Amino acid sequence: MEKFTKLKSIAADLQISNIDTDMIIPKQFLKTIKRTGLGSALFYEMRYDEKGNVIKNFILNNTPFNKAKILISGKNFGCGSSREHAPWALLDFGIRCIIAESFADIFYNNCFKNGILPIILPENQVKELSEAARKNKEIEIDLIDQKIHKGDNRPFDFEIESFRKECLLNGYDDIALTLKKDAKIESFEQRKKNLTPWLY
Amino acid sequence: MAKTLYDKIWESHLVDEQNDGTSLLYIDRHLVHEVTSPQAFEGLRLSNRKVKLPGSTLAVVDHNVPTTDRSKGIADKESAIQVETLSKNCKDFGIEFFGLTDKRQGIVHVIGPEQGFTQPGMTIVCGDSHTSTHGAFGALAFGIGTSEVEHVLATQTLIQSRAKNFKISVDGKLPLGVTAKDVILSIIGNIGTAGGTGYVIEYCGEVFRNFSMEERMTVCNMSIEAGARAGLVTPDQKTFDYIKGRPLAPKGENWEKALNYWSNLYTDKDAKFDRELYLQGKDIEPTVTWGTSPQDIASINGKVPDPNLEKNEDRKKSILRSLDYMGLEPNTAIQDIKIDKVFIGSCTNGRIEDLREVAKIVKGKKVNKSVDAIVVPGSGLVKLQAEKEGLDKIFKDSGFDWREPGCSMCLGMNPDQLKPKERCASTSNRNFEGRQGRGGRTHLVSPVMAAAAAIEGKFVDIRKII
Repeated sequence: MEKFTKLKSIAADLQISNIDTDMIIPKQFLKTIKRTGLGSALFYEMRYDEKGNVIKNFILNNTPFNKAKILISGKNFGCGSSREHAPWALLDFGIRCIIAESFADIFYNNCFKNGILPIILPENQVKELSEAARKNKEIEIDLIDQKIHKGDNRPFDFEIESFRKECLLNGYDDIALTLKKDAKIESFEQRKKNLTPWLY
Repeated sequence: MAKTLYDKIWESHLVDEQNDGTSLLYIDRHLVHEVTSPQAFEGLRLSNRKVKLPGSTLAVVDHNVPTTDRSKGIADKESAIQVETLSKNCKDFGIEFFGLTDKRQGIVHVIGPEQGFTQPGMTIVCGDSHTSTHGAFGALAFGIGTSEVEHVLATQTLIQSRAKNFKISVDGKLPLGVTAKDVILSIIGNIGTAGGTGYVIEYCGEVFRNFSMEERMTVCNMSIEAGARAGLVTPDQKTFDYIKGRPLAPKGENWEKALNYWSNLYTDKDAKFDRELYLQGKDIEPTVTWGTSPQDIASINGKVPDPNLEKNEDRKKSILRSLDYMGLEPNTAIQDIKIDKVFIGSCTNGRIEDLREVAKIVKGKKVNKSVDAIVVPGSGLVKLQAEKEGLDKIFKDSGFDWREPGCSMCLGMNPDQLKPKERCASTSNRNFEGRQGRGGRTHLVSPVMAAAAAIEGKFVDIRKII
């Protein structure tokens, strides 16, 4: 997983609430057996019409936002299915950070597994960033200090669980970390075999 | 200290907890399907890792499979590759696999309970958000992403943080014709699709106690549509009776041990919930969604909302977008909405009990000339049981297509899809834009409401029919 420390980019503003995973990546792209190459499918039905032509007024189809690494959106971003194809598509398109008022649980989790930082901010701060984004201003995300700089002297602070932060900063592989606790897992499993033997 | 059922299951699976609350949770059972697993198995191979407990893992193909004649395999090349990939992965890693021609094949959340794989007090995960279904058995069950699928395969654990407790109680009795589907749609309409975010919901009260296991599964299934990590119902005699004798249920001496353990799985009397919601069964009506989010609900006697009456700007924008997509005018009566298709099936409503209820409504009647209707059983065993009871004949005589089991038109990864602007009364769980096919318009309803709509060609109040 690629490390995440600091990120400076213009941001694409997609102010729709309840953006679901079917919108982020429709079903026909879930048939792949790879993680890569899904960027072209991102927001497919919003980006292309039924004949496959580019829909010009969609923000991610327009310069400079087609190069944005930050996405700003409304409430409950990523609701719906558990498909990790959603963060894979965002990442492949170039998005490394999503800022929203709230996220759906599974999507939020999936982001961290792929080096994407989802940031939750209150409504007024999301609005302010969305206005800055619409003016093509660059936004800088500093994960180390947990701050968002937007070109004035009033950076926003954001919260993140310390373990998730560590993993992003270092690009850790979760499984390798867990396997270090192998002895604990084994002794837990032994106790469980005595308590609930019918499960083994 | 008094504990909730969720607290008890959580604590009995806690392997390790860090200072910031990040926890390592032991996973008892893992269900696997073809769409969200190939990259996980690829990851295992690349890092030379094994599946820790193949015997705790069960795999099935469901999302991609055709529901028509299967004798020639899968026509779609990509779908076929995905299905074959799962078959090969299971063989290589020693995992039990129900393939396309296995009579036990079906939707992953139908076959888990059917096989007795799902049991109270367990932690169960699957790379599918509707894993919450299994909470009906008092198991902590939730959907995970593919990276987490790989993590569970390799370690039989998951990195998690503890959720909060949300009690939803529905008391009293439901009116005739009002079903589990109407209950969960009403709950989602009440708290919204993000209302359960960060919580595990425990469904309490007389209505859930009176529900069959199938009805409890319908409710828990859509917990994710309320944003919750999982849904739970306290296991009781009905739960134990359902499990007993199933192929993977505990046997002999183990059955007694399990029963003893399961009987202690309940929320203590004085346990504290972080949030509570109380509803009355008598207030719940047959429910139809009008929009593109499961929270967009209306009573069968209600109307499509008028965005001009909405004061919240964000909500107004959502309503306008949904109405445009759905091709509906504000203030249209729900009973004036005509439909083109009916889909009966899915992990929400594709079980034998659902099919029996549909059969009662359509027996001796004909599907409306303007409607194409299909019944897709949730599993091969549901299909066999339905055929044993003669339900297939009732469906076919009415003009329904009787199909092979799978996820089918719930998400349209196979050829069962809506065409642009086609309007469907669907017993599935999501009415998102494009969910059942690009431009397709989905109205979520109960099986009996879908059945009545198939006959009438539009939505009708089921209470006036039964």
